[in-house]
Amino acid sequence: MKDQRPVVILIFIFLVSIVLLVKLFMIQVVDDSFMKRAESNAIQRIVDHPYRGLVKDRNGKLLVFNNPIFDVMIVPKEFKVGDTARFCELFKISKEQFIESYTAARKYSSVKPSTLIKQFSTMDFARIQDFLVDYPGLFITTRSVRSYPNATAGHALGYIGEISAGQLERDTLKYYAQGDYVGLSGLERYYENDLRGKKGVKYKMVNVRGVDKGPFKDGEYDTASVAGKNITSTIDMDLQLYGEMLMAGKTGSVVAIEPKTGEILAMISAPNYDPNGLTGAEFSKNYRKLNNDPSMPLFNRPIMAMYPPGSIFKIVQSLIGLQDGILFPETTFACNKSLVACHNHPSPVNLFGAIRNSCNPYYHQAFRMLINREVSSNTFKDTQIGLDAWREKVMKFGLGSALGVDMPNEKKGSIPSSQYYDRVYGAGHWKYSTIYSLSIGQGELMVTPLQMANLSAIFANKGYYYTPHLIKEVDGDPTQIPAKYQVKHEVGIDAHHFNLIQDAMAEAIYGTAARAVLKDITIAGKTGTAQNPHGEDHSVFFAFAPKEDPKIAIAVYVENAGWGGRAAASTASLMIEKYIRGSITRPALEEYVLAGNFIY
Amino acid sequence: MRESDIHINRVDWVTVLIYFLLVMIGWFNIYAAVYDGQAEKSIFDFSINSGKQLVWIGTAIMLITIIMVADPRFFENLSLYIYLVFLALLVITPFVGKEVNGQTLTIGFGDFRIQPGEFAKFATGLALAKVMERPTFDLSKKNYQLIAFGVLLLPVILILLQPDTGTAMVYFALLLMFYREGLPSIYYILGFGLTAVVLLALGIENNLFLAGAIVLVVVALIFLGKRTWQRIVAFSLIGLGLIALIYSIDFVVSKLPEHQQNRVMVLFNPNLDPLGVGWNVTQSKIAIGSGGLLGKGYLEGTQTKFDFVPEQHTDFIFCTLGEEFGWVGSLVVISLFVALLYRLVIMAERQKTRFTRIYGYSVVSIILFHFMVNIAMTIGLFPVVGIPLPFFSYGGSSLWSFTVLLFIFIKMDSSRATQLGRLG
Repeated sequence: MKDQRPVVILIFIFLVSIVLLVKLFMIQVVDDSFMKRAESNAIQRIVDHPYRGLVKDRNGKLLVFNNPIFDVMIVPKEFKVGDTARFCELFKISKEQFIESYTAARKYSSVKPSTLIKQFSTMDFARIQDFLVDYPGLFITTRSVRSYPNATAGHALGYIGEISAGQLERDTLKYYAQGDYVGLSGLERYYENDLRGKKGVKYKMVNVRGVDKGPFKDGEYDTASVAGKNITSTIDMDLQLYGEMLMAGKTGSVVAIEPKTGEILAMISAPNYDPNGLTGAEFSKNYRKLNNDPSMPLFNRPIMAMYPPGSIFKIVQSLIGLQDGILFPETTFACNKSLVACHNHPSPVNLFGAIRNSCNPYYHQAFRMLINREVSSNTFKDTQIGLDAWREKVMKFGLGSALGVDMPNEKKGSIPSSQYYDRVYGAGHWKYSTIYSLSIGQGELMVTPLQMANLSAIFANKGYYYTPHLIKEVDGDPTQIPAKYQVKHEVGIDAHHFNLIQDAMAEAIYGTAARAVLKDITIAGKTGTAQNPHGEDHSVFFAFAPKEDPKIAIAVYVENAGWGGRAAASTASLMIEKYIRGSITRPALEEYVLAGNFIY
Repeated sequence: MRESDIHINRVDWVTVLIYFLLVMIGWFNIYAAVYDGQAEKSIFDFSINSGKQLVWIGTAIMLITIIMVADPRFFENLSLYIYLVFLALLVITPFVGKEVNGQTLTIGFGDFRIQPGEFAKFATGLALAKVMERPTFDLSKKNYQLIAFGVLLLPVILILLQPDTGTAMVYFALLLMFYREGLPSIYYILGFGLTAVVLLALGIENNLFLAGAIVLVVVALIFLGKRTWQRIVAFSLIGLGLIALIYSIDFVVSKLPEHQQNRVMVLFNPNLDPLGVGWNVTQSKIAIGSGGLLGKGYLEGTQTKFDFVPEQHTDFIFCTLGEEFGWVGSLVVISLFVALLYRLVIMAERQKTRFTRIYGYSVVSIILFHFMVNIAMTIGLFPVVGIPLPFFSYGGSSLWSFTVLLFIFIKMDSSRATQLGRLG
């Protein structure tokens, strides 16, 4: 038995070989369909990039559209250059550039297409179209770049760019390929999945000589690309453009919100940039330039800059006091300047007077009552309990945490907690006298301009807000926007407490911001002056109007422009008029803001 | 005079000649696979694969020289140590190796890298020969079977951890050598039987037909033979086991990683996904099939030029041959492999020691498996397994490991007269 085994093994070897040879004979000699398939075998896989969705403003005006550009592609194996100098002249590239791209293309593949010259404009394309036939192995692919007809709202809209290696790695669904464009900031990034659409694939047959033989299997495997969804932004382009004009040459932010819906009407970050620079071939060059600019034009101030809220915060203090039954409209304090500095005004004042005159000592005393409620006989402990309870109430106003606007990198701001002071001073080593600056919106308090505008919307709404957002409709459908923007947030203050506040705010601008007063439209507003240890104070104003039926809530920050009643109040007032009236009746005020000399 | 010099005339020159023929044809094909009419690069150009392969061939010749002048007993005496060294290398590979596509197969520095999994094949052959050479070693006994399979499975487990299923599979080729050394036939009959059932289960859509067929066969077997209750119980149990197996296969397949699942399913239906998983096989078949009887002529292939076949200079090198030299070319190369394998069986049988015979059969087993599986996968007879065609495929590790594997045996064979006959 054992001796037969070598023979069995030899038979096995022969059998295997015969099976292989028979099968080979079948496919090589008997079946000639493979020969035919080889003839027409070059199947090219062509990715069909969809049109990215457009972005319109709230009135249907176009903010972003797609502009076609043309790449010259090369299949090195089929390409014959002939006279290189003539080629370079026709295609307007240097010889070095040509050699570099050509070598790279060769290195990639001699038979698969790669890009030879990137991003021709429509005009250049028209010029070279006629010469293309002279150069086999070259063809044109069309792509589109984003374009901004009014070069506005760059920060809010964001930009798209080539996907990074890291993003590709995180793309677990494997939708993206190298070289794809994705939204990198702003709305472009936040609504990437809506805007991008769906890529399609076409399989094209090309015979051995590269001649197009039509779709593979009649397009059985092709998938059509699906264009991205158009989105409608809440931005009012005219208001945005006007705000950008007013803020030109200054540093700061303007955020305007429709109080009833949380829709952001305008969001200006100054200095800004032309978003058209961050598209297409010039992207990396311009990006580097903007990124290195010391005035930081890429820095999105409305959601990333943080300032102490200043006097504006006194209104929050008043509301908490009223709600908790600590303060009453008739609660009166003397303007005791030994507690904290103040300006000259009648003394003592009640709550209305305190808001109207922005009385610092009033809030120093009122805040003490809010914090030290004698829950504990230990004054340190009492302050700690009081602060944390107070902080919780303040945070309901959308302060101290990111609001959740539809833009990346929103900052939280800061409302200090007892843990914070424990860390700085040690537990049991701080009490009211340590934290009293909070009473007038100074100290460790930090808010973003967006939070400030939202605060104004809360006062306008008498106690609620919708998370501010830039999206109004997806694909023309307002219900497709994220659910979180359709949720009403109550701040925990009864509506009737706001009446006094609104009245005081409307009254206040006659005192502190007379420039902002507008005929026929009642503006309720409050100035602030954010102290700046590095130079001139920042001018701050926030307001809503009309007081009776608020249509717009606005916060304006102008850095290093001094007193809030000048730069910020004037800008806000003009914005309000522009939005409500559609035109400006005070050219002198407009000129004053445009000139920008606020310090005198 | 050194001992080794005496045996130069005893070297089996036919085998050496076939080896060089295969290596040279392989080299020409590698050039054809990368050939680009416009680039006009010569076959010796080191910037392309054919130039690099020439370097591998040159170094392979140096390896051959070293093996031929070495003491013939060297490999026999050190066989277990060589085995342990390669096991150690396999153990450290996942830690110090370079990861490519989720596999860590190679170790080394810079461009000089070797794949321990490739070399461990000859080491395992040597170790098995050493372990099994004792006259008392009887593969029909359970404890000896355990030892033999233990030696075989150690490297397999380590390679599966890398993970490299293709290379791990190659080790099971040594079952052919076990067969020659007396592993009972029943294992092979059962093995082939089970494989057949599994393949049928995968190939036939409706498992009910297959289960029905098994029931019929079992009933027939029971009624045809003696109807003792032991037989009835035994056959029924076997039948039930097979049916359970059939139904569990779909479950097992669904648990495999997706790419392996697809490789299996494409075998039964190549048109399942002609642009995805089926792409390799479809393109490979088109390339080979378009070669016709006589081929398109050297360097005239179109399919292999246009990069339609992936891995065409390594695992799919046979495509280039099939396309440019047609069926006649395939016949020549397959004949060369058959001649080599036939020659190796004859050489193994003429050995005077069990050690060299076992090693000889290990060489036969491994080369046969590579040859069979590689060509079968290029023409769609076997799932796509990433293993090279011996002596043909581009790559240093592959060429070196097959050269070492083969020439150790040629060396042993050439010095067989000096060995004391220990074989009955």
